[in-house]
Amino acid sequence: MSEQKIDGIIEKYRGKPGALIHALTEIQHELHWLPREVMEKVAEALEVPFSLVRQIVSFYKTFSLTPKGRHEVHVCTGMTCHLRGAAKLMAKVAEITGLKPGETDTDSRFTLERGSCLGSCSIGPELIVDGKHYGRMTPDKVEDVLKRYE
Amino acid sequence: MTDIVLNIDGKEVTAAAGATVLDAARQAGIHIPTLCHFEKLEAYGGCRLCMVESESRGKTSYVVSCLYPVENGLVVRTRSAKVDKIRRLIIEELMAHAPEAPELVALAREYGADKDRFEKEPIYCILCGLCERYCAEVKQKNAIGFVGNGPEREISFVPEIAAKECNDCKECFPLCPTSYLQAAFVLVESLTFAPAAAEPVAAQG
Repeated sequence: MSEQKIDGIIEKYRGKPGALIHALTEIQHELHWLPREVMEKVAEALEVPFSLVRQIVSFYKTFSLTPKGRHEVHVCTGMTCHLRGAAKLMAKVAEITGLKPGETDTDSRFTLERGSCLGSCSIGPELIVDGKHYGRMTPDKVEDVLKRYE
Repeated sequence: MTDIVLNIDGKEVTAAAGATVLDAARQAGIHIPTLCHFEKLEAYGGCRLCMVESESRGKTSYVVSCLYPVENGLVVRTRSAKVDKIRRLIIEELMAHAPEAPELVALAREYGADKDRFEKEPIYCILCGLCERYCAEVKQKNAIGFVGNGPEREISFVPEIAAKECNDCKECFPLCPTSYLQAAFVLVESLTFAPAAAEPVAAQG
């Protein structure tokens, strides 16, 4: 199923080198990582050198060369969130998920990432799960939020 | 194509429209140091060492001559106190990465750069991109490319392509201003594919 979907994405962009980042982003969202075979397929279909695909994938943090969890948890540790207690929030999230920033758990449920200012200082401390923003997050509330993601 | 007349270091220089200041200077026999420039490749503007002082309509600015197009009435100074200072800083920064690269050592002597000014982080590559661009533009093999970003950026061979192409080519080796490229090649070779028989890499010039 998933493989067909990936092939569909690749076919959509066949022969369009300029769409490299679009194609990779869609695949990343689907698989939560970019296996080497997929990168090779993308390079061939979009007619770009494999070395360029590798360069792009390793350059942007969006892309991952190792499997990530189904849900990406970002805790903002930017200056404003830091002053509003991001360190405690991060400690709590780390405790609940059992992860350090950058790690993925064994059943691929969560990947925990640290963000340096995610852009919503006025509602800090901020937590983002799969692109959804949770503002004014506290260590007490965060467990309920994370429970929603299986 | 009308020719363009500009002034480089007090000398009237004629250049074709679309040429760069570096081209014009080289044509006139004026030396501008470069590290990432190579005639057969597109200008890259990566090393910034070819920075010159340019004066146009009374405005002085500092531009990289390998990318800056010539224009009528442009006054270029390839050596001034400030240009030297900029170049000295660039050399000092690069030497934190590759302290013993022969080209850098020679430039450091010329510009009075202190190779120990910045804390050493010897990655032996100055990221000039010559190998990568040569492989892509001239050979069109793309056997080598950059990976990573920021401080983690480095050159890396694609093992599958390198195994097929590199043993008979190695044309990028002499371009490299340091010896890192060869080291990277030896590494990928020893890890992922067998070297050409009876031709140890160490014997290569």
